[in-house]
Amino acid sequence: MNQKIVENHLTIIQPEICKGCGLCISACPQNVLKFHDKFNSKGYHYAYYVGEGCTGCNVCFYACPEPEAVIVYKKGHVLQENEEVTI
Amino acid sequence: MAKELLKGNYAVVKGAILAGCRLYFGYPITPASEIAEAASFYFPPIGGTFIQAESEVAAINMLYGAVSGGIRSMTASSSPGISLKMEGVSYAAGAELPIVVVDVVRGGPGLGNIAPEQSDYNQVVKGGGHGNYKNIVLAPNSAQEMCDLTMDAFDLAFKYRNPTFILTDGFIGQMMEPVTYKEPRVRFPREDWAVYGDKESKRNLISSIFLDPDELEDHNQKLQKKYEIIQETEVRYEDYYLDDAKFVIIAYGIVSRMVRSAVDQLRQKGLKVGMLRPITLFPFPRKEIKEMADHGTALMVTEMSNGQLLEDVKLAAEFKVPVHFYNRMGGNVPSTEELYEQIKIQYQKS
Amino acid sequence: MAKTAWTKSDAFYNEYFRNPNPDKKSTHYCPGCGHGHVHKFLAEAFEDFGVVDQTIMISPVGCSVFAYYYFDTGNIQAAHGRAAAVATGIKRAHPHSIVVSYQGDGDLAAIGTAELIHSANRGENITVIFVNNAIYGMTGGQMAPTTLKGQKTTTSPRGRDPKNEGNPVKVCEMVNSLDAPVYLERVSLHDVKHRAKARMAIRKAIKNQVDGIGYSLVEVLSPCPSGWKMDPVDSMKWIEEEMTKVFPLEVFRDRSKEIEPSQEKKHIPTKDEIITNLGLKELHDEAFQKTQMASHYKNPAIKAAGFGGQGILLLGVGLAQAGMLEGYNVSWIPSYGPEMRGGTANCHVHISEKVVGSPIVSKPSVLLAMNRPSLEKFQKDVVKEGLIIYDSSLIDIKPDRDDVEILDIPATKIADELGNTRIANMVILGALVGYTNILNLKSLVATLPYIITRKRLIDVNKKAIEKGFEFGKNFQKKDLQN
Repeated sequence: MNQKIVENHLTIIQPEICKGCGLCISACPQNVLKFHDKFNSKGYHYAYYVGEGCTGCNVCFYACPEPEAVIVYKKGHVLQENEEVTI
Repeated sequence: MAKELLKGNYAVVKGAILAGCRLYFGYPITPASEIAEAASFYFPPIGGTFIQAESEVAAINMLYGAVSGGIRSMTASSSPGISLKMEGVSYAAGAELPIVVVDVVRGGPGLGNIAPEQSDYNQVVKGGGHGNYKNIVLAPNSAQEMCDLTMDAFDLAFKYRNPTFILTDGFIGQMMEPVTYKEPRVRFPREDWAVYGDKESKRNLISSIFLDPDELEDHNQKLQKKYEIIQETEVRYEDYYLDDAKFVIIAYGIVSRMVRSAVDQLRQKGLKVGMLRPITLFPFPRKEIKEMADHGTALMVTEMSNGQLLEDVKLAAEFKVPVHFYNRMGGNVPSTEELYEQIKIQYQKS
Repeated sequence: MAKTAWTKSDAFYNEYFRNPNPDKKSTHYCPGCGHGHVHKFLAEAFEDFGVVDQTIMISPVGCSVFAYYYFDTGNIQAAHGRAAAVATGIKRAHPHSIVVSYQGDGDLAAIGTAELIHSANRGENITVIFVNNAIYGMTGGQMAPTTLKGQKTTTSPRGRDPKNEGNPVKVCEMVNSLDAPVYLERVSLHDVKHRAKARMAIRKAIKNQVDGIGYSLVEVLSPCPSGWKMDPVDSMKWIEEEMTKVFPLEVFRDRSKEIEPSQEKKHIPTKDEIITNLGLKELHDEAFQKTQMASHYKNPAIKAAGFGGQGILLLGVGLAQAGMLEGYNVSWIPSYGPEMRGGTANCHVHISEKVVGSPIVSKPSVLLAMNRPSLEKFQKDVVKEGLIIYDSSLIDIKPDRDDVEILDIPATKIADELGNTRIANMVILGALVGYTNILNLKSLVATLPYIITRKRLIDVNKKAIEKGFEFGKNFQKKDLQN
């Protein structure tokens, strides 16, 4: 069986769901979340993960009010079939 | 069949339990408190719930919650309390919840008095709260009907998902008469709209919000369509000597009992009088009244209010015949003798 | 296995299909709004305790009016302020369900104060989530009951002035004065640590209900960046710096460990149980034969009157009950309207072969008078050739009618001789039947178990009826000649 495993702790922020409130950014203890220069279709500068330094602490998940905007995977998390992860 | 001499107020409670009602939410008010007292006595031992709510408003909203769960439930109050409940009735109408409410009408406006009146006709029959809605309204005139119509109220409410009222008064509530009981009902089908707290029902939503004007208009149209069907199929009335009557008195509830006696006496004198007693106030027997008006039958309304029933009779008669009127207010109940005289005078005029 | 992923809870819909917005993945809440946090904490708790399907969310009026867009649970939308009452109703209807009354500050602490306090006081086994953001968000930023002193809102443009608007309402402190609540805590969303606490508090409030141990309320200090006209991060600072000073964060009560978990089971009654509990009994009309009576006694319209306490109403009920046992149409009503004035208690009874029209007896064919005011008041109403029976031991006048039959009986004296003046009413009842033969003595006696609640008194009442009956029967013989 070909399991896809998350190699490093990872935070994923859905640009279209993010409302750019910045609560995840101010909460992140590693300072690895930032506002993007680009804005999404609703006009919000969405938050994004800079790509390294996430410890999988999940603080951003609970800082974000949107149920689906932030996903946090710990290193070693087994992804579901067909699930693709990009930062 | 089981039978007993019983007060109207108690007949309501026993009828409700026989009809499968299992939750009662109420607030004390004369002359409806006896219903709450009887409910507090009879509901808990059969696994039912009785709650004396903190207010009329809370009671009707508890009812809203319980009926959202598809369970037959009720409340009862009297006029000032019904005014308070009307917020919840409007929400129930909007959410199409089959709540059953008993209104033991007393004298108004304001604090008025605790004697019987029929002055809640407009507030109950015309809706009472905000929005384009109607309640099904049943008007008993005996202890037997207090029991039977309460049972029917639950069936109608659930058949149409519509608030249903028993419109009665303290006189009928206090009156003792023989009541013959029907079989208790204990099994009910699941309602496909209700929220039971399980997987099958969790996608159901009980709500009266339709933010979009077109959606709300559609919802209102759907409600109006329902009311039309109710009007077409559920009209009930008592026909007393209508066959050959040249002069027909229209009266409901306790007044119809005095009218009946007066009609009996007038018939003995050879006067061709009859009575049409609406048992349902909505739907209203307007077709039957129109037919009488078309035939030129003279009409007379007697009521214990300020012409509230009269307006509906005039509308139904489409102003084709004059509608005579005799009323009492303030808690005075017209006597048979009084009605005998009044009917005779109007009969001779017409 | 340790958790390795934090994703949207299954207690939320995958797509928010009820939301009219074409974007079915985002909530309708403004950026940085605390409702989202609270929703997430709740959803996670429903999922973790395995109660998603049995949960019923009550959406209030306020910004969270559309909570039902999101939760894949049963949903009921309530009128403004009434969520706790609606929650009470559905929880009582379905005790196995997990009911959450989700309310904002206007809903819960202003228009719904009574529902809040009394549902808490009854100790309803529900979870109340109180989102306190010190403002009316949905209606555009008006003053809330929890608006801080000096805080500017659209209806307190110069700042809340306690002299005019009162001080902020402290809900946890208020509810904490009641005996029934099990768990009360105020939490805040303003930083990582406090969000963690808030999440745990909400979990506990749900768990308490899962365990069936009683009422839980969690007050959440929550940001409303739009209403406060602040950016989301500054809003969190404002909670920390201003709101927590007025609304201290603490566990006000936690009795969850003192109470044994229990599950309330709904009892579905059988037909027999209902029949027994309602006291429904078969009546065999044919067992009580009708009597032969003189035609002018037929279909009597009876008025009984006396002092309150003489058992007038009971006398009437006995007559109606016996009439029913014999298969007549009967009605009984107590005094009504103007008749109630003037110190007499009275009732009206019809015993008829025909359907009873008016239950009122304004022209009695039989008057039973047990005190002087009653006789004076009603004797004129008695129909010609009617009957007046009166208690001559208490009434020192005679009726001034010469066109009616009159039976005077020392009813109270007879009752006293039987040891109880209170049974004079039964003596009168017996006399009426003995004199007129309108009913069977047997059916009259058979009514006693229905109308006398204290069983030990049945025997003496029976004796009173019999004494009266004898008196009436004999009286008839000597008096009808007149």
